[in-house]
Amino acid sequence: MAETQVYKYTPKDFKSDQEVRWCPGCGDHAVLSSVQKALVELGIPKERFAFISGIGCSSRFPYYMNTYGFHSIHGRAAAIASGVKTANPELSVWQITGDGDALAIGGNHFIHAIRRNIDINIILFNNEIYGLTKGQYSPTSTKGLVTKTSPFGTVEEPFSVGELVIGAKGKFFARTIDTNIALSTQIYIEAAKHKGTSVIEVLQNCVIFNDGIHDTIAEKEVRDDRTLILKHGQPMTFGKNNEKGLILEGCRRLKAVNLGEDGITEKNILVHDAFEPNPGIQYMLANMKYPEYPVALGVIRSVDGPTYDISVQEQIEGIKKTAKIKCMDDLLKSGSTWSVG
Amino acid sequence: MGKKSEAIEREEVVIRFSGDSGDGMQLTGTLFSDTAALFGNDLSTFPDYPAEIRAPQGTVGGVSGFQVHLGHSEINTPGDFSDVLVAMNPAALKANAKWIKPGGTIIYDEGNFTEKNIEKAGYKKNPISEENLENHNVIAAPISSMVKEALKDYGLDPKSVLRTKNMFALGMVYWLFDRKLKYTEDYFEKKFRNKPGMAEANKVALRAGYYYAETIEALTPTYKILPAEIAKGTYRNINGNTATAWGFMAAAEKAGLELFIGSYPITPATGILEELAARKDLGVKSFQAEDEIAGICTSLGASFAGNLAVTSTSGPGLSLKSEAIGLAVMAELPIVIVNVQRAGPSTGLPTKTEQADLMQALYGRNGECPVVVIASSTPSDCFHFAFEAARIALEHMTPVLLLSDSYLANGTEPWRIPEMKDLPKINPPFADRTEIPFLPYKRDNDKLARSWAVPGIPGLEHRIGGLEKTDKGTVSYVPENHEYMVRLRAEKVERVANEIPGLEVYGAKSGDILVVGWGGSYGYLLTAVRELQDEGHKVSLANFNFINPLPKNVKNVFSQFKKIVVCELNMGQFADYLRIKHQEFSYEQLNKIQGLPFTINDIKEKCIKILEDNQNG
Repeated sequence: MAETQVYKYTPKDFKSDQEVRWCPGCGDHAVLSSVQKALVELGIPKERFAFISGIGCSSRFPYYMNTYGFHSIHGRAAAIASGVKTANPELSVWQITGDGDALAIGGNHFIHAIRRNIDINIILFNNEIYGLTKGQYSPTSTKGLVTKTSPFGTVEEPFSVGELVIGAKGKFFARTIDTNIALSTQIYIEAAKHKGTSVIEVLQNCVIFNDGIHDTIAEKEVRDDRTLILKHGQPMTFGKNNEKGLILEGCRRLKAVNLGEDGITEKNILVHDAFEPNPGIQYMLANMKYPEYPVALGVIRSVDGPTYDISVQEQIEGIKKTAKIKCMDDLLKSGSTWSVG
Repeated sequence: MGKKSEAIEREEVVIRFSGDSGDGMQLTGTLFSDTAALFGNDLSTFPDYPAEIRAPQGTVGGVSGFQVHLGHSEINTPGDFSDVLVAMNPAALKANAKWIKPGGTIIYDEGNFTEKNIEKAGYKKNPISEENLENHNVIAAPISSMVKEALKDYGLDPKSVLRTKNMFALGMVYWLFDRKLKYTEDYFEKKFRNKPGMAEANKVALRAGYYYAETIEALTPTYKILPAEIAKGTYRNINGNTATAWGFMAAAEKAGLELFIGSYPITPATGILEELAARKDLGVKSFQAEDEIAGICTSLGASFAGNLAVTSTSGPGLSLKSEAIGLAVMAELPIVIVNVQRAGPSTGLPTKTEQADLMQALYGRNGECPVVVIASSTPSDCFHFAFEAARIALEHMTPVLLLSDSYLANGTEPWRIPEMKDLPKINPPFADRTEIPFLPYKRDNDKLARSWAVPGIPGLEHRIGGLEKTDKGTVSYVPENHEYMVRLRAEKVERVANEIPGLEVYGAKSGDILVVGWGGSYGYLLTAVRELQDEGHKVSLANFNFINPLPKNVKNVFSQFKKIVVCELNMGQFADYLRIKHQEFSYEQLNKIQGLPFTINDIKEKCIKILEDNQNG
């Protein structure tokens, strides 16, 4: 963290001169603010940030950041961000995307970026709806949701972002709520420091087309009881006074319990291990749904592994060391040639 | 190695090696052409293989061929009709019978002309007589049994023994053309460095074929092709895909940039990705993407980050890349998209050639979305045009679509190796670091290219994207601004015409007919036009490499001829394009849509008919 002293930024330094045009009350405002707060803490010079987005409300994000930015086309931000990072691994590359952009039209690029473990940070704004096209169901909409394109309710199962990330061999997955700026900021910092693809699912509210979709767990009065903020090395307790917790039942499934009941003490409560390579428990945590469970927030999984961008660079450097061909003239003259005259 | 009874000196000769797709015909043809090139012949080759890796054995659909045209004089095409056909099975004869010259030589593997195989190829009993080939020089060589005999003491399994049949056939052809075996023998020693038994077996089969040909003497007359008189220099054989890949690498070196290719395998473009993936020694970053879209999008990301970015594909893949090309037009980022055309639509004939993606290249995107379109015209000039495509993309900050085709991609010819010092330096318009605030869409007055500010440079932070912008870089929905920007982007592409060479005419600058072509038909058109000129006709050729923008002198060139005939392997796309761009002329057309190149005769017949109609009319 020595570098943090060198770059004394404030969040304002990351604000562009563009007027922010999201709807008043949209969760995106809070995400923008959390990200700008997080960047200040990273000790990375401003010119090394690149924000890449696809299409959707959230994808306007780069215009509001005073960094390098590329607002691209629907679903393709993961591929473009992969190109940026591979071309220049020195950059801190952030992909801004939504549930439609990343999981529907861009699903293929999303899973392959994760599989390659390319060192980009993907912030996935999940409001379970298509907002920019004015209210159609998305791949994360709850089954049965009535929207303009599902007037009788959807008949399809939604994706769970965490499940998909872990299934695609993801090494970093975190979840936060748009309105929790302190938690979000902390998560963005951890995501940025993680080497490899980091996916952060932001439970984000669309005030116009899916208002209150996350209220069941996010409202102030209930959020302590209905969410579990995971911290590595800490017991998985939740509730206003940490009076609830998670235990492993029969090695197979998680169970939410009350401390003090049925002889359960803090000793019985699971301790979060985000660094465990085996994703078994992290997978169960990522999939917890209210009301059976609290919804897990925080860094659920954070495992080290070789990154694509550095592996590409190292392979090139390794081959260059012993290569006979050093420049184009060498290549042009290599192999079978013959002279005339 | 023995005497030659009688050798006929020839200007040129065409040999076709043909067999089952597992018979190793591509290797056989390649070894023969490399040997011919080292001897000093000019040559042109064309592999012709089925889409299936192993189509049903013995069927016509599974025939794989490799044609070599070599000569003492300049060779511009792989040739239409073959002087020598090597047919490893009846299906190979069936597939090629109509392409044998009258009196040509046919060498076939007698051992493979079994009743079953003859039937499978669609013959009744005697393929030679059923094809009316009795008057040809037909050699029924017991190739299968001869290799079995020659290798009986080498302890190889029967399958490995039969796999050397192609080398026996190659040995025969070497004798026929009085060629040395050394290059091929060296090749096997290198290839089977760790399997000396296999190296030896192939060499034994090769020599057995050579001696067999000598012994039977049925192969007379043998052909003698003297070395060609070609310009001084160092040469190598190169195919279009490799030349394209090398052109990009040369451009990266001349621009001082890293080269990035994001791509997805697709026939017949895969060779470009493969060649660049192998060049880690020169620092090439190759990204085999999850699909065609990610191929171009990773490249576009790399371009944004400051690399020379390219992507390679073929027609169906170009369809998938359309939206991202639009983004590149809007973001004004340099990128080269190579489309190695194949016969479409849809999957079409994936291993066959066509020139039917021209309209797609020019117009196949939403909105007013012009890109520079360039077409290579010979396997070796793919290097030059890949270099030029990259140079224009980088210096003008625009996507460039480079058209090659299956015929160029796989065809080879000797290429005089350039020296890097003779190639021009490439100067991308990098943003001035002191120009703060940086305005991403501010452009120079000459080329109208915007400046390129690469992430990592302090003070030049900026945002670009697919939304319409003002020239200051802010998003704008103002109607007049949109029209202004659309016209500006079009004008930027038009201004590339200021620095491309004028259209050249092969032959007299005026006459009865101007044969017009573009891209890969060049060799055939040139050969046909030369022959017509030799026969006294006033026919000239103009072949286009720069399609959008067109060279500035088109009108001057066209106006000197009574008739213009546009020849292309599609239904007339370039002719239609010329009708839009140069309405003052009328255009006749010669079109072929068979997945095959033109033959010289196709072109000559068309011209002669026009000349006759002219006289009569």
